[in-house]
Amino acid sequence: MSNHPFTHLDALESEAIHIMREVAAECANPALLFSGGKDSIVLLRLAEKAFRPGRFPFPLVHIDTEHNFPEVIEFRDRRAKQLGERLIVSSMEDSIKKGKVVLRSPTQSRNAFQSVTLLDTIAEYEFDACIGGARRDEEKARAKERIFSFRDEFGQWDPKNQRPELWDIYNTRTHPGENIRVFPISNWTELDVWEYIDREQLEVPKIYFAHLRDVIRRDAGLLPVSHLVQPREEERAEKVMVRFRTVGDMSCTCPVESAAACVEEIIAETAITRITERGATRMDDQTSDASMELRKKEGYF
Amino acid sequence: MSVVKKELFESELLRFITAGSVDDGKSTLIGRLLHDSKSIFEDQLSSITNTTRKRGMEGVDLSLLTDGLQAEREQGITIDVAYRYFATPKRKFIIADTPGHEQYTRNMVTGASTANLAIILVDARNGVLTQSRRHTYLASLVGIPHLVVAVNKMDLVDYSQEVFDRICKDFAAFADELNLHNIEYIPMSALRGDMVVERGDKLAWYQGTTLMDLLENVAIDHDINLNDFRYPVQWVCRPQTEALHDFRGYMGRIESGAVKVGDAVTVLPSGLTSRIKEILLYEGSADDAFAPQSVTLTIEDHLDISRGDLLVKTGETPWVTKEFNAMLCWLSEQALDSKRKYLIKHTTRTVKAIVSGIDYRIDVNTLKQETVDTLNMNDIAQVRLKVQQPLICDDYVRNHATGSFIVIDETSNNTVAAGMISQQIN
Ligand SMILES: Nc1nc2c(ncn2[C@@H]2O[C@H](COP(=O)(O)OP(=O)(O)O)[C@@H](O)[C@H]2O)c(=O)[nH]1
Repeated sequence: MSNHPFTHLDALESEAIHIMREVAAECANPALLFSGGKDSIVLLRLAEKAFRPGRFPFPLVHIDTEHNFPEVIEFRDRRAKQLGERLIVSSMEDSIKKGKVVLRSPTQSRNAFQSVTLLDTIAEYEFDACIGGARRDEEKARAKERIFSFRDEFGQWDPKNQRPELWDIYNTRTHPGENIRVFPISNWTELDVWEYIDREQLEVPKIYFAHLRDVIRRDAGLLPVSHLVQPREEERAEKVMVRFRTVGDMSCTCPVESAAACVEEIIAETAITRITERGATRMDDQTSDASMELRKKEGYF
Repeated sequence: MSVVKKELFESELLRFITAGSVDDGKSTLIGRLLHDSKSIFEDQLSSITNTTRKRGMEGVDLSLLTDGLQAEREQGITIDVAYRYFATPKRKFIIADTPGHEQYTRNMVTGASTANLAIILVDARNGVLTQSRRHTYLASLVGIPHLVVAVNKMDLVDYSQEVFDRICKDFAAFADELNLHNIEYIPMSALRGDMVVERGDKLAWYQGTTLMDLLENVAIDHDINLNDFRYPVQWVCRPQTEALHDFRGYMGRIESGAVKVGDAVTVLPSGLTSRIKEILLYEGSADDAFAPQSVTLTIEDHLDISRGDLLVKTGETPWVTKEFNAMLCWLSEQALDSKRKYLIKHTTRTVKAIVSGIDYRIDVNTLKQETVDTLNMNDIAQVRLKVQQPLICDDYVRNHATGSFIVIDETSNNTVAAGMISQQIN
């Protein structure tokens, strides 16, 4: 052990384990948000490292837009079962039925409404802390996000009213009705995540690897054809070799052209890639420089 | 392909902070580091190019890269700590970017608390100003192990060696007063890129390293205390399954020092002793472990140990104290109320505390001690604290992890101050 160099991944891992244990020890009723995506897959391995041989001191929670890729949902259920941990799936369909979410059309992107279902779920189960897989390198508005990010009783994030975070002493206190979002992999980059997946030999849903898919070229991006997205009159679907860099709502998550068929090849590609993860893959964040920030204020992860 | 991977894999992590007055060139320097190390993405570049144009300017304003949130963008100021990431084949870097004006002390202390290194920017035209002294004092207060003085805007003083030498001399005289010695000085032009990543051809008289060279190579493995084993218990693992009926694992992170199976350990504050039985990692068991690893320890004897207890090696005992001196940095807009009880979170312990006296406040510009009867935001002061239950701590200079704490207002739950323990009071 002592001859083993302590790499940057070791340092990031130890930091994340420390954060998760602080949540478990100090929060009354935490949950871990698990979407089946790569960042939350990393969170699950970190939770195993933090708590085995014990069980996780929190359930896994998925906010299901029901616009997810079927491969991801299959993977989500299988992984939760493998781990023997409790999985709570909160469906956006319920929020729609209750009239809390009103969509303009059934195929509209549901990303923006995830916050409604998330806040309902937090209220229903009385969660005081939600562990999530957001990273500061994802987007400008996240660069100032705290690791323990405080939300008021409306689930809102106030960038002006965040607690200073010093050393690694975390203030986890909340009043009833308030909650905290906790981001143990805040300091990881997309490349760190892939290197960790490689090192830990973690399985990820197949759509992260290059595959042939029917896509439409729209607004300088590629949109996957599905029951939600069909070519418009002037457009034509074509088969392109692609992979996804994030997995989210099928109607607005764009794949990138790639031939990377395994984790090693993704790492090589990520190390030299010239476009940020969100810039490449999320139509909903491109509308304005500040759109992510606005969604965060409304209670988005 | 596998070569790329291996190099990235074995890099270390370096956290640093940049400090300077407004317009010294912090944002330009960070933009330059990211740009020349090819860490700027195309979409970021096109977005800041657009913004530069919208503001009626030409080219690319690299300082926009490190611009933060919408509200701040509208006001045209940055008021908080933002984190940036970049990597070279040698290391991964985390920059705590702490621009700001009046709130600067608070932001800088926050960013500095986790930094291995501080870059202090000095405008070559202005030389060492009051602000440079303040930044240096704060860096020394928080105990940042490595200091680099970047003498920026050398292009505006004709890249003059004389100017550079004079600034180094002035700075060193001041640093001596603070007992700071290992300081590196680098002349540069962040705007033109000289001596940041590339050497450029204007500073041939300078024999030292570029900033990037220094960041990639500075030795940081001694930044944590390697001698005293300190292990705050975070979480006790008791699966209580059939197979693990009697298993009790003490989970935590080794904050300093190292530990081996068989080591004699003392549990504080109880003072009970035992030996390390196993060091468990997810991958299996290990013979030894060191800071900053997160591990699970089991011990030979059945002792009552819970969160908040500290395991140390027998003989390497820290202070167990209910009254001590500390340097406080007040972070909150609400002033200190010395009649009130606050909470102190120190390692994994949270205890009630009162500030029983303010010895003096430091004027961060002149370093003079002043008498005051309360503390306001951005004040730095030596205070006396009394706590309801004992803290198990070390002098901050000796051990950052067991010498630091935060102060929490019990009513608002806000973090109102940061503290560094300097002395126990008997
Ligand atoms: N000539 C020259 N100008 C510089 C240099 N570095 C920064 N500047 C300019 O100084 C001004 C302030 O820089 P900025 O990075 O915004 O400073 P900050 O307030 O410390 O972030 C800008 O107009 C920069 O273009 C340099 O090395 N040489």
